[in-house]
Amino acid sequence: MTTELFTGAEMVVKSLSALKVKYIFGYPGGSVLDIYDAIFQQDEIEHILVRHEQAATHMADGYTRATGEVGVVLATSGPGATNCVTGIATAYMDSIPMVVLAGQVATSLIGNDAFQETDIVGCTRPIIKHSFNCRTLADIPDAISKAFYLANTGRPGPVVVELPKDILIPQNKGPFSITTDIKMRSYNPSTKGHPKQIKKAAQTIASAKKLVVYSGGGIVISDSAELLTKLVETLKAPITNTLMGLGGISGTHEQFVGMLGMHGSLEANKTMANADVILALGARFDDRVTNNVEKFCPNATIIHVDIDPTSISKTINAHIPVVGLVEIVMQQLLDELDEINYIPDETALNQWWQQINLWRDVKSNSYEQTADGKIKPQRVVEAMYKITKGEAYVCSDVGQHQMFAAQYYPFAKPRQWINSGGLGTMGFGLPAAMGVKLAFPDKHVICITGDGSIQMNIQELSTCSQYNIPVVIVTLNNRSLGMVRQWQDMVYGGRHSSSYMESLPDFIKVAEAYGHVGIQIDTLDELEEKLTQAFNIKDKLVFVDVMVDEKEHVYPMQIRTGAVDEMWLKKGVKA
Amino acid sequence: MRRILAILMENEPGSLSRIVGLFSQRAFNIESLTVAPTDDNSLSRMTIATKGDDKVLEQIVKQVNKLIDVIKITDITDNKHIERELLLVKVGAMNDKTRTEVKRITDIFRGNIIDIGKQVYTVQLTGDADKLNAFIDALQHETEIIESARSGCVGMARGDKALRI
Repeated sequence: MTTELFTGAEMVVKSLSALKVKYIFGYPGGSVLDIYDAIFQQDEIEHILVRHEQAATHMADGYTRATGEVGVVLATSGPGATNCVTGIATAYMDSIPMVVLAGQVATSLIGNDAFQETDIVGCTRPIIKHSFNCRTLADIPDAISKAFYLANTGRPGPVVVELPKDILIPQNKGPFSITTDIKMRSYNPSTKGHPKQIKKAAQTIASAKKLVVYSGGGIVISDSAELLTKLVETLKAPITNTLMGLGGISGTHEQFVGMLGMHGSLEANKTMANADVILALGARFDDRVTNNVEKFCPNATIIHVDIDPTSISKTINAHIPVVGLVEIVMQQLLDELDEINYIPDETALNQWWQQINLWRDVKSNSYEQTADGKIKPQRVVEAMYKITKGEAYVCSDVGQHQMFAAQYYPFAKPRQWINSGGLGTMGFGLPAAMGVKLAFPDKHVICITGDGSIQMNIQELSTCSQYNIPVVIVTLNNRSLGMVRQWQDMVYGGRHSSSYMESLPDFIKVAEAYGHVGIQIDTLDELEEKLTQAFNIKDKLVFVDVMVDEKEHVYPMQIRTGAVDEMWLKKGVKA
Repeated sequence: MRRILAILMENEPGSLSRIVGLFSQRAFNIESLTVAPTDDNSLSRMTIATKGDDKVLEQIVKQVNKLIDVIKITDITDNKHIERELLLVKVGAMNDKTRTEVKRITDIFRGNIIDIGKQVYTVQLTGDADKLNAFIDALQHETEIIESARSGCVGMARGDKALRI
């Protein structure tokens, strides 16, 4: 019996099938036409044709953030691959597993500045977890299998696989075999926390008088929200989430003090600043959290649990570092607390909560909506929350609307809040929402965006028509780049350099031109009714264009170079 | 503080660029870098001499270790260690007096004159960075240095400790 032989292109598709891939997000071009031909001749994997490769990466990313499954992107060599760079960097900064299959010119042409040649492995080197240059047929299944393994284990991240044209063409065939049981001598991420560190951590927690739990995106990625909630309820301590960690515990949980950081709640930042022990779980002390690191929580003992050793003591020195998977370490901590018969110190806890409740009473997340005034953007988010009963997937672009969504839509569950936190990529929202909707067609999927961000990937309205992806786009339209303008107001003497949006299109007509429904909201009294109408349309994409108050700023806001809890509550009012 | 890091990594295309890229991306300092396959051809051994405070050094070691191709990294300056660098230096040797002096200095430093031209000597010397610097200083007092090439340092722990997989 002769062994069946396959082309490289067929091996790509067979490898993806073996890895149970359902969707490929991509765009064809010269170097990958053989792969497209192989995709055409099978029906296990569906290819989604975007209108720009950046959107393919964000769509794969959104799909992954919602489902936990590795997203797959396919792009041609040269411009196709370079268009993926922003999306790869976005995934990298937020630790999102992704496999990007990038075409390349034939191996004989590499280095010759051939048509559509770019060293994509070189271009992406600082923004990937790893990359593979395939040079022979036999490299293909191995590289793809390893790419998935690397992308989705340890600290997840994007992996690029470069596929030259000449190993994909029909003239070259070879036997196919793939193993999904990958072992690499150079890659052995930790899983369990070191028992000594766990003991130390538990003892430190047990002796704390003012403990706070600070959790981040690691909780969401590792699907350990339930365990986190159990731990927090055992500790009876306050918990705050990073922007990436929202939904790690229910936004309405009584121990949740809100998001922390630059636009976090006063109570969250005050709780951090006054804590004697900080238990950091899957969070990385980002500069948008810490504010001035020199003034960051000087009296706290910091227990830092993270899968990535480089995250520990990078910006803030950790007194008790614990390297391991956060879900395993949390269980170890619970077991150890049980072992030492941990009971929270009720007196200390009561005093701590009394103090926290005073900070809560300030109601730092508040705004003034006059009945006859312009629509406040915060009000739009509150209305969305009410109409979708807090159950929607909210995919955000980047800017003021992102912060308003984070502040005013308390997320009940992890993976419900999808935003580009680390890189802050405008144009992320719509394609990410499309990826989510593809995975969960029966759920409300919102793209909350602004008149700036939406125009960075608005061409994807066409993809939505082609595949009937009925997301609800809610644009908080303030006719300007709101967050830029806010900084210009606060730091640059109100000089609005290039932060206004002249010549905005009629978004309603744009939506309609692509075959979607457009709804315009101009006044407060029509807000809820028209938004409800938008969410009741299930089979068509609805583009809601809401005219909001262009002067509104995001508050509270950390004061630059100040401590974590030094904040502006509103214009000219310090906490 | 000056540190010498020994790294054992997969001998794969692109491995070197990942290390070099990492250092430039994160603004880490490289004083010297050497790399070559080991006795096991699937492995490369790299020695990097770098500078930084403890916090920076901790990040360098962790970040290098995080690269998928890297199998092991160790800071050999933590313990007793051997450090060697090779210097090739071409110096002017135009008259008897200079030739004698160059020969004398080379002998003192236990170097070797390995090539001669009409008016030049080429000298080879191994040792740690301090010794090489001192040698160059001494030569400079006697003659003109026409060309010099240094290998960058390689190093290893003393005694039974070994960096192997």
